[in-house]
Amino acid sequence: MKVLILTVLTLCVLGGLLAIVLYFVAQKFKVEEDPRIDDVEKMLPGANCGGCGFAGCRAMAEALVKQDDISSLYCPVGGADVMKSAAAYLGKAAPEKAPEVATVRCGGNCDKRPRTNSFDGAKSCAVASSLYVGETACAYGCLGYGDCVEVCQFGAISVNPATGLAEVDPDKCTACGACVKACPKGLIELRKKWPKNRAVYVACRSKDKGAVVMKACKAGCIGCGKCEKVCAFGAITIENNLAFIDSQKCKLCRKCVNECPTGAIKLIGMEPLPKESKTPAAKAPAAETTAAKTPAAESKPKTNE
Amino acid sequence: MKTFPIGGIHPSDNKQWSRAKAIEVLDLPDVVTIPLAQHIGAPAAVKVAKGDKVLTGQLIGESSGFMSANIHSPISGTVTAVDMAVNGQGLRQMMVTIKREGDEWVDTIDRTDTLLRECTLGPKEIIAKIKEAGVVGMGGATFPTHVKLSIPDGCKADILIINGVECEPYLTSDYRTMLERGEQMLVGVEILMKAVGVERAVVGVENNKPDAIAHLRELVAKGGYKGIEIMPLKVRYPQGGEKQLIAAVTGRQVPPPPALPIHVGAVVCNASTTVAVYEAVQKNKPLIERVVTITGKQIKDTHNFLTRMGTPVETLIERAGGLPEGDVKVLNGGPMMGRAMVNLASPVTKGCSGVTVISGDEATRGEASACIKCAKCVAACPMGLEPYLISKISRKKLWDAAEQHNVTDCIECGCCSFSCPANIPLLDYIRLGKQTVMGIIRARAAKK
Repeated sequence: MKVLILTVLTLCVLGGLLAIVLYFVAQKFKVEEDPRIDDVEKMLPGANCGGCGFAGCRAMAEALVKQDDISSLYCPVGGADVMKSAAAYLGKAAPEKAPEVATVRCGGNCDKRPRTNSFDGAKSCAVASSLYVGETACAYGCLGYGDCVEVCQFGAISVNPATGLAEVDPDKCTACGACVKACPKGLIELRKKWPKNRAVYVACRSKDKGAVVMKACKAGCIGCGKCEKVCAFGAITIENNLAFIDSQKCKLCRKCVNECPTGAIKLIGMEPLPKESKTPAAKAPAAETTAAKTPAAESKPKTNE
Repeated sequence: MKTFPIGGIHPSDNKQWSRAKAIEVLDLPDVVTIPLAQHIGAPAAVKVAKGDKVLTGQLIGESSGFMSANIHSPISGTVTAVDMAVNGQGLRQMMVTIKREGDEWVDTIDRTDTLLRECTLGPKEIIAKIKEAGVVGMGGATFPTHVKLSIPDGCKADILIINGVECEPYLTSDYRTMLERGEQMLVGVEILMKAVGVERAVVGVENNKPDAIAHLRELVAKGGYKGIEIMPLKVRYPQGGEKQLIAAVTGRQVPPPPALPIHVGAVVCNASTTVAVYEAVQKNKPLIERVVTITGKQIKDTHNFLTRMGTPVETLIERAGGLPEGDVKVLNGGPMMGRAMVNLASPVTKGCSGVTVISGDEATRGEASACIKCAKCVAACPMGLEPYLISKISRKKLWDAAEQHNVTDCIECGCCSFSCPANIPLLDYIRLGKQTVMGIIRARAAKK
């Protein structure tokens, strides 16, 4: 009995002494932290996706609190609402940024882009693209093994088995940019998000010359330049045999969609313009269109290796 | 009998299809396409333009850096294009296309068959001639030979090892070369010994080629070649790997990169490359042709062709009786290290020792299942790595961890994938990890 009491007493005294030591140590090494960081962190979505460029929401909250000018910081997941409330809480000017959506720029589905071989290695786009051209003859197109699907934390991207292409669900996409980094072919771009998920974009990244593109894929951009000529807003540029529509300049007029001979320009969420009517609203002065035209870059494709 | 100390596997060698076929000269191709990158390192700088007339053996691409090699025209004719063309992997790279007109050689090249044994040149001159001729390692790695022979300051070679192992299944080009061009090879060995300043050379040959061993031994005895030993080695893949061969022959272990074989006093050169060295030094002949095995279980008429570089692979396949019915896998190289081809119009290059055709059924891998940690891959890895682990961390993109586990030491021999009972594509991910980590290391070095 005596031993028991002695043991309990010793432990109690030891515990008390250590608690005192710990108290002073904690005082001495106390880290002063702005309590606002915790509050701002609670406002952020907590997805820890890294879409803002920081290693998680906590780091973003710290940056928001510490930086005086937060115009360069933006949480793509929370969007304008979250940024506004965080900025209001901190008494800073809220950064403005139009919402964006990830867009897969390849339209070479199974019908348009026939398979020439079958890949039996590890089902990964990064592995396949480091080995060879892929299961089709196009060196630029979607491989369809879903490296982008694997990195998406929001379930917004999936590979459609019918087309063999990655497809984005615009309602779920937060434009965090994880898929953009994961795609070894650089096919995914963050583009301006229109209401009702409307979009017009060139669904091709092939820098090959027209004949080479057509051989590999019937839906590819051949760099003919018809879309560039018809665009009244100077939104379309042709470089390395490839058209690109700047989503900031594009007004969704849809004229380019009808011009494209291969159907490489995709139109989402809208009815196409009637085919015949070439005159309506074509007020674009000719001078403007030619001025916006960039000289077609020397066709000097790069090696892929 | 000697062999390397750790790892290794025993795939069936399947050399029976083509081993008895004597080297046959393939008809000259009408059109050749010559890639300007047929070696590791910087691509050669093009020296010709469209419309130029070239002779056989004329320089068309000049070495463009320390790690680079010259490229010569394999035929005479007119340059019809210097443009991007699709290679065997379906990717585009710079190539020179030449349309053949006759076969007119550069007149400094000695085309006679007489064996020239005497070589009065010094080491520097020998290396210069090898560089001029654009000789690169013909076993597949295509490392420029002149770089290998230029021994860095502070190092000294004491042994030259000739790689006549040919451990890759199916392929028989080195074997036929040793049998039919053994004398040229031995003179080449003497030249290489002089170039690197060693007294001793060992020709390592696996003992599944007893006739080649006997033949070379007879030639050594008859010709009075001093310091050259023909060493039979126990059959084991990947004995033809440079580090494995050094370990097998000398028992020395090459430290991890950036150490090179020369740091343990060894210089290794492939058997076919040694013949190319002989031709470059004694006959002024650049590397414009090589022996290519065309083989496979279903190939009707397997061959060992002496082929000019730039000949389309499909020409070889046609001469061998064409592709069999159904799905096939065509490999540039053998089944272990070879690369699958998607474009058969692509050319034979300096590193192409064979074309292997495998039926679709044989080539299809089984469905991958979960790793059961049986460690067969660890036992098989000749570099002493842990393939199951490196593969997994590469797959999870943990590049720092991959570097710590020495992913860059991997020689991509494929023993791990071969031995995996769960059919996990281990090497696919390891190779990706190796490429990425190498990129990170290079970027880090560039920053400093």
